[in-house]
Amino acid sequence: MPEGQFVCIVGPSGCGKSTFLRILADLTPLTSGSVEIAPGKPGKPLNSVVFQEYAIFPWKTVIDNVAFGLQMRGVRKAERYAVADEWLTRVGLRKFREFYPSQLSGGMKQRVSIARALATDPEVLLMDEPLGALDAQTKTVLQGELLRIWEEHRKTVVYITHSIDEAVLLGDRVVIMTAHPGTNKTEFMVDLPRPRGIEATSTPEFASMTGRIWSALEDEVRKAMEAQL
Amino acid sequence: MSGWPPILAWSVAGLVLVAFVLVADRLGSRVRQGAMRAYNRTLAIAFPVLLLAMWEVMVGQGFINGRWFPAPTSIATALWDMIVTYDRFNNTSLLGRPWLIPEVWPEEGWAGVRRLFGESHVLATLGRVAGGFLIGVLPGVLVGMAMGLNRTIRQMLDPIMSALYVLPKIAIFPLMMLIFANPFGEGPKVAVIAITAFFLVAINTMAGVRGIESVYIEAGRNYGASSLQMLRHVILPGALPIIFSGLRLALGSSLIVIVAVEFIRAQQGVGFLVFYYWQILSVPKMYAALFVVMLLGVGLTFVLQWLETRVMPWRR
Repeated sequence: MPEGQFVCIVGPSGCGKSTFLRILADLTPLTSGSVEIAPGKPGKPLNSVVFQEYAIFPWKTVIDNVAFGLQMRGVRKAERYAVADEWLTRVGLRKFREFYPSQLSGGMKQRVSIARALATDPEVLLMDEPLGALDAQTKTVLQGELLRIWEEHRKTVVYITHSIDEAVLLGDRVVIMTAHPGTNKTEFMVDLPRPRGIEATSTPEFASMTGRIWSALEDEVRKAMEAQL
Repeated sequence: MSGWPPILAWSVAGLVLVAFVLVADRLGSRVRQGAMRAYNRTLAIAFPVLLLAMWEVMVGQGFINGRWFPAPTSIATALWDMIVTYDRFNNTSLLGRPWLIPEVWPEEGWAGVRRLFGESHVLATLGRVAGGFLIGVLPGVLVGMAMGLNRTIRQMLDPIMSALYVLPKIAIFPLMMLIFANPFGEGPKVAVIAITAFFLVAINTMAGVRGIESVYIEAGRNYGASSLQMLRHVILPGALPIIFSGLRLALGSSLIVIVAVEFIRAQQGVGFLVFYYWQILSVPKMYAALFVVMLLGVGLTFVLQWLETRVMPWRR
């Protein structure tokens, strides 16, 4: 996987997308096969995960949540707060730095979670359906923000999603996983021009792209549904 | 004794209560939104006051036997009496006569203050509960953590903990008296409270640790937390709400146990007071002592709540 690429993985539910991501993040042991991960630069974490369920700590303030990864690596308080403040500004939550997560909306919580992952400056950002639990409008807003932030840094991203639209909008490459057992079926390169915005979703190229991906994915979704019966 | 037949007096009392409810309900629907809190407060105070007033009147008129159910005013008088009198025989008083501090200070200094507070029934009970908590809570949290985090330890300890947990802790008081050199001293009393607190806190801590959502653990690991950092930043704060509900349960149980212990074997303490005034049939003072026990429970609960908001600011 080339550096600086935004890869989206789509697939029917239950095909092991999240498991794959957890293996990448070294949170789940591999049962067979192998995953090759290039060693990262020293002093930088290999990856940071943005979880579907936010997973920001309710007992820490927004600023402490964002600074968490740096704190674990022993960065001094002033320094890690400076970095965290910068990221909070970037996701538009600077005003809420002393708030606790229970005082935030779902969209704000996920912004904190994204800021927390980026603040550690990882080699790879792993995102497990980060917008899955949000309502449609908040989702659209956050997709736009995600695009904007990504353009600034061009980090390598592995992004798991259910939504073909989201995959095409955000990704450089869309990988389709097959129904259980999950294997890599087909790949599509997305050649919509960068920098993109939400407007990209209304272009004909976008529509034909999602159409092609759906026709490839449809069989898999049906197979997965039958397997569940 | 007034000339009313009792059935009439009790009916009137019942009607007064019904009338109060009707009037308060009617008023409540007219209260403005902003004044609702004040109204609720008033109601919460006014109703108990009404009940006390009725009790007072019914005793005064002879419809309630004041020997077994003394009027609130005579209980209040008894309480005041208990506060100001010093029991020469037992060397005790209710609060420890803090108003004598200016007198003893010049001669005895801190030793005098300690002597005065040492004679207090309330502080004796408070000291036993606080001492037991101090000794029991920390090991309880540690054992609960170990059980929550490590499967082997949990499998080993679970049957023992479950068996000892259901044993009423007052039942081991004789054993404690046997173990300690002085069965009449403070040792067995504090120990039995410590054991009460230990089990409740340990079991709740284990539940708290096991109940932490796995995403938080995964997030901690993903961001490179060491075991110690994990404990400090994820496990402990994640388990704190359940640990605190364990503390609340432990406080309730401790009060039951300490009062029972003081019934059986104490010369000092609020449980002793209740039992003692029953023995000498000083009923108003017995009621007053019960009132003090209640205040103690309320006070300790408040302290725990205050601590909770301090330790867990995210729960407001």
